[in-house]
Amino acid sequence: MDVFGSFALLLAFIAAVYAFSAGIAGIITRRPLLTKSARNAGMAVFGLITLAVASLEYFFFTDNFSLAYVAEHSNRALPAFYKFAALWAGQEGSLLWWSWLLSTYAFFALFLNRKKHPELMPYVGVILAGVQIFFLTLNNFVASPFHVLGGVGAGGAMHVATLSDGNGLNPLLQYPEMVIHPPMLYSGYTGFTVPFAFALAALLGRYPGEKWIHITRRWTMVAWGFQTVGILLGMHWAYAVLGWGGYWAWDPVENASLLPWITGTAFLHSVMMQEKRGMMKVWNVWLVFVTFMLCILGTMLTRSGVVSSVHAFAESSIGGWFVWFLGIILAVCLVAWYKNRDYLRSDNQLDSIVSRESSFLFNNLVLLAACFAVLWGTLFPVFSEWFTGSKISVGPPFFNKVNIPIALFLLLLTGIGPLLAWRKTSFDALKRNFAWPLAGGIAAAVVALFFGFVGFYPFMCLMLCVFVALTIQAEFYRGARVISQRDGTNLLTAAGELTMRNTRRYGGYVVHFGMVLIFIGICGTAFKQDIQKQMAPGDTLTIGPYTLVCQNFDETQNDNYTSQRATLEVFRDGKSEMMLYPSRRFFLASQVTETMVAVESSPLRDLYVVYAGRNPDTNQPVIHAYINPLVKWIWFGGIVVVLGTGLAMLPNRRAAIVLRPVAEQAWGEGVSPEAGAAVAAPIRRTDGHD
Amino acid sequence: MKARGKFIIGSGIIVATLLVLAYAGYTQSKTYYHTISEVATLHGAALHQRMRVSGDVAAGSIEHLDGRIDFVLEEQGKKMPVSYTGSDPLPDTFKDGAQALVEGKLMPDGHFMADQVQAKCASKYQATPGQPAAMNTGKS
Repeated sequence: MDVFGSFALLLAFIAAVYAFSAGIAGIITRRPLLTKSARNAGMAVFGLITLAVASLEYFFFTDNFSLAYVAEHSNRALPAFYKFAALWAGQEGSLLWWSWLLSTYAFFALFLNRKKHPELMPYVGVILAGVQIFFLTLNNFVASPFHVLGGVGAGGAMHVATLSDGNGLNPLLQYPEMVIHPPMLYSGYTGFTVPFAFALAALLGRYPGEKWIHITRRWTMVAWGFQTVGILLGMHWAYAVLGWGGYWAWDPVENASLLPWITGTAFLHSVMMQEKRGMMKVWNVWLVFVTFMLCILGTMLTRSGVVSSVHAFAESSIGGWFVWFLGIILAVCLVAWYKNRDYLRSDNQLDSIVSRESSFLFNNLVLLAACFAVLWGTLFPVFSEWFTGSKISVGPPFFNKVNIPIALFLLLLTGIGPLLAWRKTSFDALKRNFAWPLAGGIAAAVVALFFGFVGFYPFMCLMLCVFVALTIQAEFYRGARVISQRDGTNLLTAAGELTMRNTRRYGGYVVHFGMVLIFIGICGTAFKQDIQKQMAPGDTLTIGPYTLVCQNFDETQNDNYTSQRATLEVFRDGKSEMMLYPSRRFFLASQVTETMVAVESSPLRDLYVVYAGRNPDTNQPVIHAYINPLVKWIWFGGIVVVLGTGLAMLPNRRAAIVLRPVAEQAWGEGVSPEAGAAVAAPIRRTDGHD
Repeated sequence: MKARGKFIIGSGIIVATLLVLAYAGYTQSKTYYHTISEVATLHGAALHQRMRVSGDVAAGSIEHLDGRIDFVLEEQGKKMPVSYTGSDPLPDTFKDGAQALVEGKLMPDGHFMADQVQAKCASKYQATPGQPAAMNTGKS
């Protein structure tokens, strides 16, 4: 059976090489059959890698410990749910999983566009196949998940060894989020390959206009959405499992996932400049290129141990391959851009500093600054060792100092940007749009000041959050009122109708609102408290409004782990509120200890209690308690962001059908030119600035 | 191009502000990695920097004292006494012979005051990618 999986992988590699070479030959010779067979080979890669993944899963579920990868990452007592997830617990499986997700995207990109864009798709197929070749090379020849234990015995015969049980899955990964988090994040990383392929293809094939942006808008949003969910799940996992009371530590692996998210966010905004005003063409192409390269870099940082991290992956030889691959991508992008740079000439110039264009420019500027700062800080140990010989790392103060002001500035832009007009905004319009939200923000901040909301950044953050929330609400209100007056529906129905008529714009606002909620949650960090105490039964610990009384300690055991547990009763205002059971588990198969945090979560604050270990002298447990204000807002905001992203991907509802010529259509969105000289399109608000 | 000029000035101000903040953050949090043998050769300002040093915990050297834990790190025969004064309990992986990474400052007498200790267990299992080779006690 192991032969089956590795054979499927090898065939996938061959298919990808064929798709790549036949695709190039098809572009040069312009033979449609060659191009078609290259495309079919590209789609076949998906089927073949699926077989390899299925084969590896089969080994996990049948406890086949003759396979090194299965023996390292699973054991008999492991619950089935985690046996499934063990596929991506280690290097080889993760890379296979990467390849599979990439091939899934590639399959759908090729399949859904098989009858469209005949000038563009051959290039897209070649680029997708090129990326696949790299990962399949790793899967087949560098880090194969199908290595068997044992070796070559006497007479050259293969001799296979089987272990009676495996090492077990890393206990830190034995947590529901960890089953979902890697696939989400990897779906984000791999997903950006599609817009990258289309952008590079459009450049190489000098494909006219902004079409590649229209084609890839939804793909980019899918990738961005997955990346967002992946990052948030990772944060939640770090919060709930690592037991240090926080969710973001500026760890290299966390940073690696943030980098493409930042540039992807910049891209989602700056494409509007190109669609509406024909500006920033070079910038957009490079943003996609950089986003894709950062995805590859992120995968490399996660997998290669170039920078040491609490994720503590062992050093491996795989980093060199990624460096080469990144070098090749950069070279291809540079050449493609240099040879076709005249094709990317801008149609317009910036007219006014108080305009939508300029808000997008500032948005991109600070996002890129944030990206650069995070990248620099993450790779600083590597750079400093190259240039000065001594390895220097920078810590959270560096990242926070740079990124908090950037984040607040972005929040401000989130509020004002969408309300500024294209080209130029008059002072009267500014006053009309911003007077009330600004007054509301200031009022809220002043009220908060009386409740002890001190500190410059939290204060600014709260003020901006209220300001942005009010501008978003005002936007919905303005549009909904028009519809409700005309149709006689209530405001809420009208707001729904409004959203469905221009999903991109109003979905975008929902995403912005979700970000506001996340900002409020992050802002709560400023008011965090913690206390650590050694506790014997009967001892008490007071934090914030809570008093914790230690009731008992016990130890339990099952097949998978032994557990030390504290039973704490929580009192508030003298009343017993609940019991908390923080514990530590010692996993038998992997000989690793893990903290199980007890969290009592409410919208205002989390009470977060950790069983931190035992004092070796007294043998009494040490309890570490935290009050983390507003953390729940982050997770809730994340859900809102995801909903908004989903909304923005929906097609617009056609409120009324009118006939209008294609040439006047502002959006290519969902409308194919082949449909004829006139197409059905929704009536659009003329004052709308999507 | 008036608007363009304004945009460039605005960008310049933003970038300059960020550079100042970045530099402040850098000086506040930079940490040097050193080996034990390198620590012995440091002089001048380098002695007072925040640093990370790794080594093996010398067998039998762990002493629990009031408010701190003393141990000796060794690497290729070179030794360095360490006092851990952090508030978090040391990880379970911290025991005789374990590989440890300490972070803190060097005292004038050659004693290392650590506020963070990470330890990697000398486990019979190979530390494979994805396995928690290090358990962090600090908030880094």
